[in-house]
Amino acid sequence: MNLQLMNILLALAWAAVTGSFTLANLIFGFVLGALVMYFIREQVGSLGYFRRLWRIGTLMLVFLRELLFSAWRVAALVLTPRLDVQPGIFAYPLRVRSDMQITLLANMITLTPGTLSVDISEDHSTLWVHALDCSDPEATRQDIARMFERRIMEAFE
Amino acid sequence: MIEAILNILVGLLLLAGALFSLAASIGLLRLPDIYSRMHSASKAGTVGSGLTLIAMAIHSGDLGDATRALAGVVFFLLTAPISAHLLAKAAHDMGYPLWSKSLGDEKRAKDTDGESDQLY
Repeated sequence: MNLQLMNILLALAWAAVTGSFTLANLIFGFVLGALVMYFIREQVGSLGYFRRLWRIGTLMLVFLRELLFSAWRVAALVLTPRLDVQPGIFAYPLRVRSDMQITLLANMITLTPGTLSVDISEDHSTLWVHALDCSDPEATRQDIARMFERRIMEAFE
Repeated sequence: MIEAILNILVGLLLLAGALFSLAASIGLLRLPDIYSRMHSASKAGTVGSGLTLIAMAIHSGDLGDATRALAGVVFFLLTAPISAHLLAKAAHDMGYPLWSKSLGDEKRAKDTDGESDQLY
């Protein structure tokens, strides 16, 4: 059976047994369900499921950290008296393929330091990214690939 | 004691959120073209509103209100980049030029078969 579905069903069962369908109780049930599934990981083969949950979790944390850093950079940049920007649009060759992964990557690019996704090519192979500091596009490409694309691929393969 | 700490935390979050929002609007005024301005609006704006909502979630002390506020943060994170992206895409499709001191535009270079504006 689909393990995510099983986890959700366990959460619903917990809410039904305790007789309270509040959000907090459902989340608690979900955590309990995950714990139970972790105990029987050998039998139902749910180890991959936890690896994925963990990877999605780290992806979220990396993203939040980058977002704060990014807002800080933009704020510091616009508050300096000499506005030092070298903007430009560069092409980013995509390795992720599914629409969901591309959307996620494009959103993350927009919310991280100095980059903004502008458009995607017809064949979904290239993302055009506007950068506030476009003096070294190769380094920016590598940052995106290392920081987000690899993690997205790991989490949603 | 805990209440005092929470109040200070809420105050700091509100202050930080307001400052980020201020920086976002200053950025909108100062940055040279629409693409650069979207950077300011999407990042600093999102963090500014997000911090304010988180402060509200902590201050309310009510789980229902807190989850609603946190849902607001999530919706900001989902929608702000999409609107910034669509504005930039629409501007680019309409041929709105980059700032004259920009380093280049690989997309326009490709659209016009590399006749002009080739970067690198």
